[in-house]
Amino acid sequence: MKYAFFPGCVSRGGCPELYQATTLICQRLGIELQEMPRASCTGAGVLQEKNRFLGDTLNARTFALAEELGLPILTICSTCQGVMGQANLRMKSDGEYLARINSYLAEEGLEYKGTAQPKHLLWVMIEDYGLDKLLEQVTRPLAGARVAPFYGCYLVRPPDALDIEENPERQDSLERLITALGATLVDFAGKTRCCGFPILTINENNSVAMVAKHTSEVRDLGADAMVTPCPLCHLNLDGFQPKAAKQARRPIDMPIIHMPQLVGLAMGIPARDLGLQRHIVNTRPLMTKLGAAV
Amino acid sequence: MDVTLNIRRFDPEAERPASYWQKFEVSIEDNATVLDALIKIREEIDGTLSLRCSCRSSICGSCAMRINGHAALACKTQAATVLQEGNVVTVEPAGVMPVIRDLVVNFDLFWEKIRAVEPYLQPEGPEPEAEYIASNESMLHLSGVTSCIMCGGCVSDCTVLEVDPSFLGPAALAKAYRFTADPRDGDAEGVSKERLEALTEPSGMWDCTRCYECVVACPKGVAPMDRIMALRDQAISEGLTNSNGARHAEAFGELVSDSGSLDELRLPIKTVGMTNVPAMLNYLPVGLRAMTHGKMPPLTGHKNIEGVEEFRRLYRKVEESEKE
Repeated sequence: MKYAFFPGCVSRGGCPELYQATTLICQRLGIELQEMPRASCTGAGVLQEKNRFLGDTLNARTFALAEELGLPILTICSTCQGVMGQANLRMKSDGEYLARINSYLAEEGLEYKGTAQPKHLLWVMIEDYGLDKLLEQVTRPLAGARVAPFYGCYLVRPPDALDIEENPERQDSLERLITALGATLVDFAGKTRCCGFPILTINENNSVAMVAKHTSEVRDLGADAMVTPCPLCHLNLDGFQPKAAKQARRPIDMPIIHMPQLVGLAMGIPARDLGLQRHIVNTRPLMTKLGAAV
Repeated sequence: MDVTLNIRRFDPEAERPASYWQKFEVSIEDNATVLDALIKIREEIDGTLSLRCSCRSSICGSCAMRINGHAALACKTQAATVLQEGNVVTVEPAGVMPVIRDLVVNFDLFWEKIRAVEPYLQPEGPEPEAEYIASNESMLHLSGVTSCIMCGGCVSDCTVLEVDPSFLGPAALAKAYRFTADPRDGDAEGVSKERLEALTEPSGMWDCTRCYECVVACPKGVAPMDRIMALRDQAISEGLTNSNGARHAEAFGELVSDSGSLDELRLPIKTVGMTNVPAMLNYLPVGLRAMTHGKMPPLTGHKNIEGVEEFRRLYRKVEESEKE
């Protein structure tokens, strides 16, 4: 199994532990990752506010680079996945649009043929690798840990950009992963809502209120941790949780775990190797519960 | 087909009013809608079940409610397509707006916001001798947004309104766009600068998180979030860039165009402004915590992608030739 690896900006910036955990578990699982050093940011939906065509062109460029490698794209960020999916949908459903984009790519000697299928690592785990095969690698099931899912908007909406109709199992992929790894699922309505990150620098009060709402809710449901496949959600839910607790005038202390870290823990990889000491909210209570080395 | 409707109920006249769940088993036609099932329950099992409905054909916008946790028109949702384990469908009143009784919510907040955007044409300059003329081409793109039936589904599921009722919200902002994009509104060029100025204020267009809930909730394809993005583009094009939201979008573009990837450290600084001392001090504790946990992005030496020169050329060329 080999993929063109698109780690996204955040896993190389504010969440280096995500990059670290991803490459480590993929190596152990035999999932080969080939970096695309020329690939650019997807625009994250922000660039698209100003100029959607420009955003789509940047993604077409990344898709063309992956086509040159002859490899499917693997993402580890809900936002990257969603923005790529939305761009791909527009290009695949409108030949003229794609041709106009390609006229710009031609100068760099690139052409997007329309074959890219970007896939989040969460989907790869379930659809390509298989939970059964993953279970064979689980040496330390997460028994006793109560874990809540948090998807990130762009991994659930809009459904047509995520091929949900063809792959309905994507809708509860995170829940199934949590259960397969031996943890107890803490289901809650907020799992597909917004973490607030996109408006953090625009309306911090609202952004932090969203963090408070979701993390408090799972705390009250008795969760030991929340797991997310989106590093932007992680930045907000983890990094701004101290502020959220202050705003909500209550303790929260909810560890926010990156999806690959959760897989790594179940594979018996030491917490430190997965970067779990790099979180703002202390992850030690979870490690203690799991009996895992910190 | 036998189905169970699990309905969230509320009786304001109860001794201690509190919402509760009640299950109803009902036999319906295979192609029946959730509304058909609700009406059957009201007519045959419990006459006190309160809900709004009228046209039964997704035109009147009366029966928006949460079905399995997400806003939808009960009359447009076939029960068979939403059955959960055990043939159960969960039905709740719409979110955000206060519940009056059972599935009936108070729409005051919805209408307040619609009124706030002054939903009528406001042409500037002298009146023409006859009617205002608008070409087909200049109006066709508005057919999507004028399809709104005011059902409140988008407001129900808005993630921002859930934490901040002062937000104008998806329905009102989409309605505002229906006028800012109308060639008859605003000045001779159809630019509605005053409207756009008002909409760039706090609680306006820049407070949307782009979460797509409203796009999915809308039963008529209005796609409110896309209209909000179009409003942002209009505002920036009209030079209304003195807001954190506009600065954020501009700074994001500048940073990506420069290195090919996002420099996360410089984005918030550019958004609030380096000289904005209170805002910078506000970031200080977060920055310090990040630093002590090894989470701080590199202070210097944000890396360019390989072949960044070619990337920059492409970026500039598209930006210049494809002004939208």
